[in-house]
Amino acid sequence: MSLADDRSLALAGTRDEDEIRRARAARIERLAKWALPVVIMGLAILGWAWIVTANEIPHYILPGPDRVWDSLVNDWGMLIEAAYLTGWITLAALVMAVVGGAGLAILFNQSKMLELSFYPYAVILQVTPVVSIAPLIFIYVDSKIAGMLLCAWLVAFFPVLSSTTLGLNSVDHNLRDLFRIYGATRWQRLRYLQLPSALPYFLGGLKIAGGLSLIGAVVAELVAGTGGIGSGLAFRIQEAGYRLNIARMFAALALVAAMGVFIFAALSVLSHLLLRKWHESALRKEG
Amino acid sequence: MAVRHHDILPLGQRPPLLRLNHVDKVFNGDVIALRDMNLQVNQGDFISLLGPSGCGKSTALRIISDLMHPTRGKVEWEGGQGQGDLGVVFQEPTLMPWATVAQNVWLPFRLQGKSYGEVKDDVLEVLRLVGLEKFLNAYPRELSGGMKMRVSIARAIVTNPRLILMDEPFAALDEITRHKLNNDLLTLRSKIGCTVIFVTHSVFESVFLSDRIVVMAARPGRVLSEVTVDAPYPRDEAFRTSAEYAGHARRASEALREAMGEHA
Repeated sequence: MSLADDRSLALAGTRDEDEIRRARAARIERLAKWALPVVIMGLAILGWAWIVTANEIPHYILPGPDRVWDSLVNDWGMLIEAAYLTGWITLAALVMAVVGGAGLAILFNQSKMLELSFYPYAVILQVTPVVSIAPLIFIYVDSKIAGMLLCAWLVAFFPVLSSTTLGLNSVDHNLRDLFRIYGATRWQRLRYLQLPSALPYFLGGLKIAGGLSLIGAVVAELVAGTGGIGSGLAFRIQEAGYRLNIARMFAALALVAAMGVFIFAALSVLSHLLLRKWHESALRKEG
Repeated sequence: MAVRHHDILPLGQRPPLLRLNHVDKVFNGDVIALRDMNLQVNQGDFISLLGPSGCGKSTALRIISDLMHPTRGKVEWEGGQGQGDLGVVFQEPTLMPWATVAQNVWLPFRLQGKSYGEVKDDVLEVLRLVGLEKFLNAYPRELSGGMKMRVSIARAIVTNPRLILMDEPFAALDEITRHKLNNDLLTLRSKIGCTVIFVTHSVFESVFLSDRIVVMAARPGRVLSEVTVDAPYPRDEAFRTSAEYAGHARRASEALREAMGEHA
């Protein structure tokens, strides 16, 4: 008895080699997750600079990273104004995609006939490339802003629609039975059962829609050109290209990419906040 | 104290609660899931439906809970059926993962349009009855399998239903947890005096828990015989090892073997 106790006492607080190794590996991975991409980025920029200087490439063909940086700093006022417009269109389109996509999904879910009638057309809208629809849109829609919103919405709403539809239909069948036994109304079933069940699916669709609404906004700008309403980033890229201001093209491109990363990160954080308490995807894996 | 206690009268003196009258259920025109099932459920009964798979146990439960309509025959409630008259426990705990324990137990009331504040005392009381009052704000994923089942049971009894249906609720649990939950279920029953129909394929579970075992056979699903377990409650661990228990188990096993035998 006392032997066992002594042994327990000696064991308390010890960590065996497996655990220590695992902890070390986890620490290294946490660091590497940030450090490695930064290092790769640094190396790529250095390599880029070296190629440009070593081969004496003229800046109107390929500017070095220093020139792109200069352009970013010097044209900051113009670029940020352009980013503001593009960002605004993207965000508005995303909000409309959420309202339209989730709204349609709920309508389809409530009425099978409605779904059978209109779902195929939602698919057709989605599979027709937006680049080919955009010119038509700008013929019939007078307001450039409205046209751009429509373009961006067209690409963004479908993932929200299809993933929310899937979610609304993925309710645990026992829970569905339970709601029936307790005499739940259609509205109660939607609100207390189907919408919460669909949330993880909806958030997955939202992440895709975030990226797509930016693509939609960029395509719309390229097709719309400028009509005295200010110019977005995509238009600035095109314009700088006509002027052989390649550095500015890169600077504007960097901002578009940054915007995409920001949207993705923001939606990931939102998803984590909404699901962390209960959904499997938000659980930390052990061992 | 909102959860009422009903007295359990001795077998033979219990007032009727529900009747299955010549219930048939046919699927796709040729699969007879249930043939001419007659069953009278009395207030205070603990009935086990015991039988091999395909004998229509679950079909019978679905018909009683009105999830399915019988092809022929009727289910008649004494005095008609109202909302909240039925509590159910499935084989899975069937909890809403996005809701806390308290919110899950509140659900049957919520669907009746009652706010949490109105029924908070009832929710707390049933959680105390199943020993989970400390886990009010926990999410289902933080609980063990046995604890989730307790939440499921708490939800089934919170509306003070006239009948509780349990569809192999402990089949997926380990044996130690299953024994513990069987004991606790009987304690719970002695406290609130509920009427239970319990589907199981375990002879031992049915003998330990119930006072009436309805033995069913498959192809076509039907009631073959009824075994009465007249051992008095409360039943505890000592009952599990008694000669009386062994005798009832033997009779139930024989009835089940007969049910299996015809098509085995």
